[in-house]
Amino acid sequence: MSVEYRVGPLAEIPEGGGVLAVAGEVEVGVFRVNGELRAYENRCCHQGGPVCTGEIVGRYEAVLNPDRTVAGERFADDQVRIACPWHGWEYDLATGACVADPRFRLRRFEVVVREGQVYVRV
Amino acid sequence: MKDEGAPQARVIPDRSFNFLANARREVERRGLDEVPVVDCDCHLYETTALPEIVRYIDNPNVRRSFERSSLGMAMHALLPGNLGDRTVSGRIKTDLDMHLPTGDRAGIHPLAAGLLHSMDQMAIDYSILFPTPMLTLGTHPQPEVEVELARAYNRWLVRDVLVASPRIRTMAYLPLSNPEASVDFIEEFAGAPGVLGFMVTAVRYQPIHENRFVKVFAALDERSLPLAFHSGPNWSDRPFEQLNRFLSAHALGFPFYAMLQLTNLVVNGLPERFPNVRFIFMEAGQAWVPFLVARLDNEYRQRSSEAPLLRRLPSAYIQEMFFTTQPFEPLDDPEHMRTMIEMMGGPSRLLYSSDYPHQDFDLPTMIWDLPFLSEEARRDILGGNAMRLFGLPAPERKRPAGAAPAAAPPGTRTE
Ligand code: FES
Repeated sequence: MSVEYRVGPLAEIPEGGGVLAVAGEVEVGVFRVNGELRAYENRCCHQGGPVCTGEIVGRYEAVLNPDRTVAGERFADDQVRIACPWHGWEYDLATGACVADPRFRLRRFEVVVREGQVYVRV
Repeated sequence: MKDEGAPQARVIPDRSFNFLANARREVERRGLDEVPVVDCDCHLYETTALPEIVRYIDNPNVRRSFERSSLGMAMHALLPGNLGDRTVSGRIKTDLDMHLPTGDRAGIHPLAAGLLHSMDQMAIDYSILFPTPMLTLGTHPQPEVEVELARAYNRWLVRDVLVASPRIRTMAYLPLSNPEASVDFIEEFAGAPGVLGFMVTAVRYQPIHENRFVKVFAALDERSLPLAFHSGPNWSDRPFEQLNRFLSAHALGFPFYAMLQLTNLVVNGLPERFPNVRFIFMEAGQAWVPFLVARLDNEYRQRSSEAPLLRRLPSAYIQEMFFTTQPFEPLDDPEHMRTMIEMMGGPSRLLYSSDYPHQDFDLPTMIWDLPFLSEEARRDILGGNAMRLFGLPAPERKRPAGAAPAAAPPGTRTE
């Protein structure tokens, strides 16, 4: 049975950022990614690290020339990631999937907005 | 549902956190406070206490050069470097609080207080402590710097840090660039409180099988003391210069130097000559050991006359050595992991290590969650093997009995 917790005003969760919310016994990271809210348990699939407290970074990509030589590398803006501060596992914030091995996914919670207030169901 | 009815979550706007709070939660979920845990390889950043260490340097000129240097200068000009961004451009963090005194530990050395705090968070009973920047000392071109600094470090560690608690132990640093000094070190530090044996850094260029080192092995053998080879990366070493990522240099460096030392050790019959020395290989993971078992046995069958001191296959010697577990390299198929451990000589050869606070540290849960090992084998790896090897007394239990049931590993994984 899930319980709904109020996190606070939507305005306090910046685009491309998030807050950590302690909802009863569960720590939840609530993030805003491309205008949408996502909530994940603050427990990394690797060793249970505090993944939701990590750095939020863009996808880093290599760019190839037509002849397949490497032109360079750059941050791409099509995917926002969070990196677990313990050992660096990176997750796609939109889906919760580990980018290096998508079989691993963060536990996701339902998150809703009513009258400008954000709620998570844990 | 009415909005006013929803309980308010406690919100941490900057997502700041207690670095090891999750570790405590993970060990509690599994009841690991009831399981004796010996961390056979953890670290301190000893250069944060460099002025304290420098005071113990005997050679006045070496002492003077450290005394007259800033920390930055000492790190860059007096100690060999160790290239590589450990943090993946700041993505990986280290615990900044670890060196702060906590609560009733305010009276003891802050490094010991920080360590005891992190041990408590991870349910670790004993920690065997090693340095960090000084792990590169074996490549210093001035042997006297290795000797002087290592002696000062050992003295400082024993007198100022280990005294804080019987839970903190070490294997004292041996400056192998000078075998005579190494023998003196064994005389000075063997039996010192908290010293369980000796450690040689694996990244170095003195072939350990040369006759000049026999006196070192003899001194250890006489006292039945264990000798650990602590590995590391060395991105500046010629073969590694071709690797353009720290991922690559890190992946290959640790097992490379471990393999190099182990190969010289076995091929030159050092375990035959010094049967009382227990050899431990630290921080190189596991997968290299089965590789070496296969490779050396095959070579030996073809070229045994090049290794005339051996009376058994190389694998027989390897499978009598010990290996610390970190970084544990999980494989998808548990059967593969079981086979790998069998090829290393079985669970009795493995010693849990965290490597904390380094960036690829392992919690004890890493071992506890291995599905293919019996509980007895997991307990042996986490603490039993080390307690027998080092003669450590059973730890005082930190919590009353009443272990929590085994928990599912974190996250979900779909095939
Ligand atoms: S626990 Fe998150 S990367 Fe290891």
